[in-house]
Amino acid sequence: MNIDAKLGLDVFKLDKEPHIVIDTEVCRTQCDDEACLYVCPADLYERDDQGRMTVNWEGCLECGTCLLCCDRRALSWAYPHGPFGVQYRMS
Amino acid sequence: MESVECIVVGGGLAGLSAAYGLAEAGLEVMVLERGDYSGAKNVTGGRLYVKPIRGFYPELWDEAPFERPVARELVTMMADGAHTTVEIASDRFLEGGPQSYTVVRAKLDQWLADKVMEKGAMVVPNMKVDELLRKDGRVIGIRAGGDEIGADVVVVAEGVLRLLSSAAGLAAQPQPRHHALGYKEVIELPAGVIEDRWHLNPGEGAAQLFMGDCTRGMMGGAFLYTNKESIALGMVVGMEDMRRRRDGTESWQLLDAFKELPQIRPLIAGGTAAEYSAHAVPEGGITQVPRLAGDGYVVAGDTAGLSFNALVTVRGMDFAVASGYYAAEAIKKAKAAGDCSAAGLASYEQSLRSSFVLRDLETARNIPGVMENPRLFTHYPAAVGRLLESVYTVGEQPQAGLVKKAWNGVRRDFLSLATLRDAWSMRKI
Repeated sequence: MNIDAKLGLDVFKLDKEPHIVIDTEVCRTQCDDEACLYVCPADLYERDDQGRMTVNWEGCLECGTCLLCCDRRALSWAYPHGPFGVQYRMS
Repeated sequence: MESVECIVVGGGLAGLSAAYGLAEAGLEVMVLERGDYSGAKNVTGGRLYVKPIRGFYPELWDEAPFERPVARELVTMMADGAHTTVEIASDRFLEGGPQSYTVVRAKLDQWLADKVMEKGAMVVPNMKVDELLRKDGRVIGIRAGGDEIGADVVVVAEGVLRLLSSAAGLAAQPQPRHHALGYKEVIELPAGVIEDRWHLNPGEGAAQLFMGDCTRGMMGGAFLYTNKESIALGMVVGMEDMRRRRDGTESWQLLDAFKELPQIRPLIAGGTAAEYSAHAVPEGGITQVPRLAGDGYVVAGDTAGLSFNALVTVRGMDFAVASGYYAAEAIKKAKAAGDCSAAGLASYEQSLRSSFVLRDLETARNIPGVMENPRLFTHYPAAVGRLLESVYTVGEQPQAGLVKKAWNGVRRDFLSLATLRDAWSMRKI
């Protein structure tokens, strides 16, 4: 089962604003292990065409693993506001 | 600034348990929950051990919407291509009331939130707290959206990530080596199929843990809990191990690889995946418990690091309920005495220290250190599997005797300096 299908099972209420913002300059200049690419259980991190780190925050499960694992502190990470983000029904 | 007597940050089990006790005593309580409802942002494996908490709010637990009482405990040791399962079906797991139940947080927490509201507390959903307000070192309230609300006491039950409490300097920022990532799929199966597959009497449940190959040598394991009409199948993996790994293994793929194993496939066959969830798990043990109370606040549940993974028993929700209960007791005393300072709230920590909460965490003090030994997740589960597999194998050649086969396995995998060293390190767990 691919990861998009898994995330497709979940109820998400989408905010207009991202709740995770990456300081891509920190990623580019200070990070060589890129833990975010493989620790995220929703596989949300990837590099764009220009090699900049991006996050598809819309599918965030709000576990915080990327935040804890990013030891370069490149992430501004908050929970989504009020009615937004994942809403678990069966977990 | 508007103010109430007590604000509870986070409508999970710890926060709701505190709010229930406070509202019952007639205090003015506002619970701020960021999800659409309590439980919307919570994830358990999961199972709740109820024996330790039955004494708190005893009127509640008999009507709680639990899934199944756990009648069978299974632990599976995984070697490459060979799984060895030990299964315990004990009358004692159910006698005098079951010792544990599988649970779904969206159901359990919503139910408890309703009970809290019946007691007169306000539970406000969709309300994310942005900041704990401090003045002269004292927590005086919260900011949520544009609004500031004052309180005599704030119960900080914001969950494992400590975003607010660490920003306010009340607790340390969580570190990967003290946490694991837990994630799971909820897979729907008819009740009868679940009962047939795990050999259960109607309504009873099973809990199965898997150690070994599934985490590829990283700290952790897989789990399976039977709900009423679904199973929760997932993994827990130590964040530090995961972060240091650089072979391209992606966390989410571990669960898919596990599901594809020929030993696991029949357990989930015919099931329909219904939800995918993930959460951080505090596993640092007692050394990561912050100061539990200060001027104008107490810290409860996962925020207080009250959880542990003792390999076969994994606990946290019982600690959350207990810490909420004791927080309410301490706040009631502090309010009655008109002193909500650290000194006035000091009975909270004293109660936790003399209760099972900090005593069990103290007993488990050395477990996190021992769990950093990778042989626990690689060598031993595989060695047990190899040994039993050899005993049960009949090949083309004349066979060695049973005892000789077993002895060969023991000599090969268990008689070594490394095993002695591991046994020595485990003497205190």
